[in-house]
Formats: sequence, structure tokens, C-alpha cells
Amino acid sequence: MEIKPPVPQIPAPIWRNIKDLQEWEQTHQRRPEGDKHSQLFESVTEGIHSFPGGFVVTTVADAFLNWARKSSVWPVTFGLACCAIEMMATFASRFDVERLGMVPWASPRHSDLMVVSGTVTIKMAPMLERIYDQMPDPKWAVSMGSCANSGGPFRHGYHVVKGVDRVIPVDVYVPGCPPPPESLLNGLLLLQDQIAHFRKTGRRALPNPKVD
Amino acid sequence: MTREQAKALIGERFSSAQVDGDAPTSAEATAGRPIVVTLAVDQWTAFALFAKTTLGCRFFSFSSAVDWKEQGLEVVARIDNLDDGVGVMMKARLGPGVSACPSLVPVFRGAEWMERECYDMFGIQFEGHPDLRRMLLSDDWQGHPLLKSYAVDTPHPPYR
Repeated sequence: MEIKPPVPQIPAPIWRNIKDLQEWEQTHQRRPEGDKHSQLFESVTEGIHSFPGGFVVTTVADAFLNWARKSSVWPVTFGLACCAIEMMATFASRFDVERLGMVPWASPRHSDLMVVSGTVTIKMAPMLERIYDQMPDPKWAVSMGSCANSGGPFRHGYHVVKGVDRVIPVDVYVPGCPPPPESLLNGLLLLQDQIAHFRKTGRRALPNPKVD
Repeated sequence: MTREQAKALIGERFSSAQVDGDAPTSAEATAGRPIVVTLAVDQWTAFALFAKTTLGCRFFSFSSAVDWKEQGLEVVARIDNLDDGVGVMMKARLGPGVSACPSLVPVFRGAEWMERECYDMFGIQFEGHPDLRRMLLSDDWQGHPLLKSYAVDTPHPPYR
């Protein structure tokens, strides 16, 4: 199985002496150029953009599509460990993500966002990848909690993937063990901000210095 | 059956086994503790059958193993007589480099998954086990992770 190229948004780790972090840097060089099915759309926008005055159309289209995308991010209900409890609390009425346009949906084929909430074991990683592959593009992933970010306390266990970004590309990392619902909400808002900065309808945005 | 009666019976039948080797013997210290019996490997199944029939230990609690590095593996099983509150902790050293052990499944059916897990984690080959496959790890896993010789950060491509 092929390792998906990772996210560029993560700053380089400062602990350069640690061996497996260097290895981590090597494995995580680039992320794919945009999404699989956006290529055609991207070339069409590219074409419009080359016309004189075409930038007006593409910019407006970008703004409109990004607004539409960020206002209806549907997370797939996918819980792995104790972080899933906090995720459920976030989805429930008290913290209420539906006011952000997020409807927790029980099918990956209708979802745009996967919140990886909890420890990803080596045995679970192929299933996670499979569910992620079933989601239509454009899709996003939020890594929630220490275990999904880096392996957390189980990093040196024999059975844990050292960060879910070795399996799928991740857009937002939410720290915490587990992150409280407020943290996850902040992460989801950051994700919406990232989506709002998509360019050329499909290319992932660079991190916004104002929010990161 | 009290704890003392059980110990006497074990000493009578398995005279070579070490009963409560270095454990404290005062009544307060032994309250609620199991009788620790250290056996030779060839007595493993015979002792389980004896404990089930004679001592009334019909409840198989758990089975596991310990890796004592160059001294080899040690198999541990705990069985209980729930009627009288007597527990027996069976231990047997397999010896250095040995990974074969008789299975307890003919005596206790509940030992089946425990021994599969033990095989999974320690690589102990239980002879007489009906279905010795990996229990928790995937079938293509290399090695047995709870052995001391298994390196902590053993890579497992493509995920780590």
C-alpha cells in the first residue's frame, strides 16, 4: 500500500536530534497537488483565468465555491477512541456544530470531513484509509488529539501508527488529550478558514498567518 | 475446602511442585491471595485437571506469560474455586529458548482465546490447542511484540 504524501502546513519539528522525527520529516515532504477529481475543473478555471479580465470570473467563482464548501462541511461520524466522546459532545446540542453548517452524517459517501478522533492502530489504519477513500472530493481531515497527531502516549508502542498523517493527508491538527469540545470547535473554525482560502477551486490553501 | 487443605492436597499429589515459594504465610498476608504453585512443564495439564476435579477450581480466570530474557519464558494461569474462595496461580518455566507448552484447552475450554493471545504476544506454541492463530494482531504481523527481544520501534510498513 502506498503512503499518502503528507501535509505541508506543519512547521518542521524543532527536535531535530530525535531519530524518528527526522524520519518523519523525510516521509512527509509534499501533499498531492489538489484533489483527484478537481483536475479538470482546475484546468477549466486556468483557461478562463488566461482570458483578459477572466480573473474577475475566477475570483468570484472561487469566493462563491469556497463559501459554499465551508458552509456545508459534513463530518462523517467516525470515532476511534476516547476523543470520540468529546467529538460526540461537540456534535451534540450543547456545542452544536450545526450552526456552522456541519451535519454529522453516518455515511462517508455524503461527507466532506473526517475527524480522526483517537488512536489509530496499525490494524485500523487500512480501514481508516478505506473510509477516507470513499469520501468524495474535495474532502478534509482533522486530526484530533495527541494520538492521532503523533501517536501520543502510545507513540513507542508496537501497534500504533505514529500520527494519522502517515495514512491520510491532514488539514488541521487539534492538540489535547483529549481536546475539549471548545478546542475541536476552534479546529473546525480553522478548517473553515482554510477552506475559505482555497484558490483555483481545488488547490489547498497555504496557512493563513492571521489564524495559525 | 480451605486454603490449608488445598495446599496439603497439592503437596500430597504433586510433591515436586513448589507451593507458595517465597510468599508470606501469615493468615493476614495470605487472605484473598491465590496459592502460588510452581510446576514443571510436563505437570502443567495434569495439575490443571487435578485442580479442576479435586480442588474444585472450575473457573479459569486468565492465562498469560512472562519473558525472563535469557532464563526463558514462564507461563502463568490463574484458576479459582469460586465456591470456597480458593484461588490457584499456576506457573511453569519453559526453559531458555523453548517456546512449546502443553495446552489447557482440553481441561478448560475458556483457555482457548487466552492461549491464542499468549501465542500472539509471546509466540508460545501450545500443543493440543485446536485453533492456534493470532488473536489481536493481524495475520500478516511479523514477530511477537511482548517478547523482550522485540525492539520498541520496530517498523511496520507502510504505517510506521
